[in-house]
Amino acid sequence: MKIRGRVYRFGDNVNTDEIIPARFLTKSNPEELAAHCFEDIAPGFSQKIQPGDIIVAGTNFGCGSSREHAPLAIKHSGIAAVAASSFARIFYRNAINIGLPLLEIRDVEMIEEGDELEIETETGRVFNLTRNEEYSTQPLPEFIEKIVKLGGLIRYADSKIK
Amino acid sequence: MNTIIQILSAHIGREVTPGEFVETKVEIILGNDITFPLAIEEFEKSRAKKIFNPDQVVIVLDHFTPNKDIESAQQCRRIRQFAKEHNIKNLFEGGFGGIEHALLPEEGLVVPGDIVIGADSHTCTYGALGALGTGVGSTDIAYAMITGQCWLRVPETIRFIYYGNLQPWVGGKDLILYTIGDIGVDGANYRAMEFSGETISRLPMDERFTICNMAIEAGGKCGYIEPDEITLEYINQRTKRSHKVYKSNPETSYIDTREYNVSKIEPQVALPHLPSNTVGVSTLQPIEIDQAVIGSCTNGWLKDLRVAASILKGRKVHKEVRLIVIPATQRIYREALKEGLIEVFIEAGAVVSPPTCGPCLGGHMGVLAEGERAIATTNRNFIGRMGHPKSEVYLANPAVTAASAILGRIASPQEVAV
Repeated sequence: MKIRGRVYRFGDNVNTDEIIPARFLTKSNPEELAAHCFEDIAPGFSQKIQPGDIIVAGTNFGCGSSREHAPLAIKHSGIAAVAASSFARIFYRNAINIGLPLLEIRDVEMIEEGDELEIETETGRVFNLTRNEEYSTQPLPEFIEKIVKLGGLIRYADSKIK
Repeated sequence: MNTIIQILSAHIGREVTPGEFVETKVEIILGNDITFPLAIEEFEKSRAKKIFNPDQVVIVLDHFTPNKDIESAQQCRRIRQFAKEHNIKNLFEGGFGGIEHALLPEEGLVVPGDIVIGADSHTCTYGALGALGTGVGSTDIAYAMITGQCWLRVPETIRFIYYGNLQPWVGGKDLILYTIGDIGVDGANYRAMEFSGETISRLPMDERFTICNMAIEAGGKCGYIEPDEITLEYINQRTKRSHKVYKSNPETSYIDTREYNVSKIEPQVALPHLPSNTVGVSTLQPIEIDQAVIGSCTNGWLKDLRVAASILKGRKVHKEVRLIVIPATQRIYREALKEGLIEVFIEAGAVVSPPTCGPCLGGHMGVLAEGERAIATTNRNFIGRMGHPKSEVYLANPAVTAASAILGRIASPQEVAV
């Protein structure tokens, strides 16, 4: 899959309370959750997103709660992938499980808000079209790739049901 | 082999190594009123018609309960219907409930050697019982309900050794805050945290739960304290379920080992907006507060209420501070009532809330307004955690929180204690 979009830049330790504040956790409709994504730290975020846009962040992205509402809100706001120097473990598995592509990039500090990126998810290659740069990423572990290819963990479960 | 590797290897039926991805059977699958509705949606999207083993599923309605609004009530109603439809007996709420991570141990549902996955990040609490407890998401819960399994990356383990005698008013909360301050909020990301040493072995269960509870605030996959006589006495009083105690063997390897002389640690305060922003309480300039909260899965245990009451007894909460005390479970509430602790709180001018996660995540029962500041025994102080994005949360132990409620500013218990 090829993803092409503009970058929304965040810093280190972006947590699940910032991604989707708890007052919206009475909702499970992904579109409603998306409307409130990053509401407290980046008001109007979801209105600005064009499908295909990409979040680029620093270390420990998604730390905090286990709320799957966080990757759901991001995915349904139109964000096609999140690239960060590292991810908090529960956010990482939640994103994989619901089919939101994640990439670990070492050189995130070279990428700025508004840059246009092109990502090839199979190879993990990331091109910065604005700056004419290419970044290397960690390829997905084989087991994770299997879940992603099937379209998430529930499809993986279905593949096991006779 | 370290204990975490032993537990995983025993569940999988072969020796596993850190870094590999495995699918493991689990004993307990836990969800709550916030995370379980999404698990139901995912479950219903699959081709599965029934739950692998409904007796393994535990649901606790604790976050937005007693229900704060119509939407939260609808979520709970949906969960009740699903539980009935699928014959899930372990559904806890109302007068039979409490905050999940205090309730499951109390009910004797978790024993040493178990693997517990929970759609709640503080599922790491069960490490205090010698179980592998780890937070996952709602889809993971759905998957486990279908298959009885969970995928995991086998973690490396960091060993933390605590030695020396605790200073007055220092407890489990201070040890874990100090540790998170040392290694950072991602210092144990993807790793297990094993807590050991003479200081830990002298701690009662309530404080061990507090320590393991906050492993996730350092990014940890799980916390772990090797079961000893104190653990087994706790277990044997609550369940007859068979258990297995795993002990590290001599050639155990750790990715890192850190030692702390606890006699040098004073009560800790984590400043906004990260649990790792820790300082000793004595180093703080006066910081006025509007609210103080004593409760949560971190510090709503009976021992915590006893410590808070010992400071509040015969004193009054500052007139410009709202003190909210929340026993973690109905059983803890009843014990606190019997011991006269609840009377102490009410006499002092505190509000006593029914068990709920409530204010810890800015849900209800003590949400902060713009510009307000709270000191809390809870576990997170991220932006907007307890309410308005321009409010602030300072994390501390129950003694510091009680003393601060009396003086109206963040204070050391030594300033008020006789």
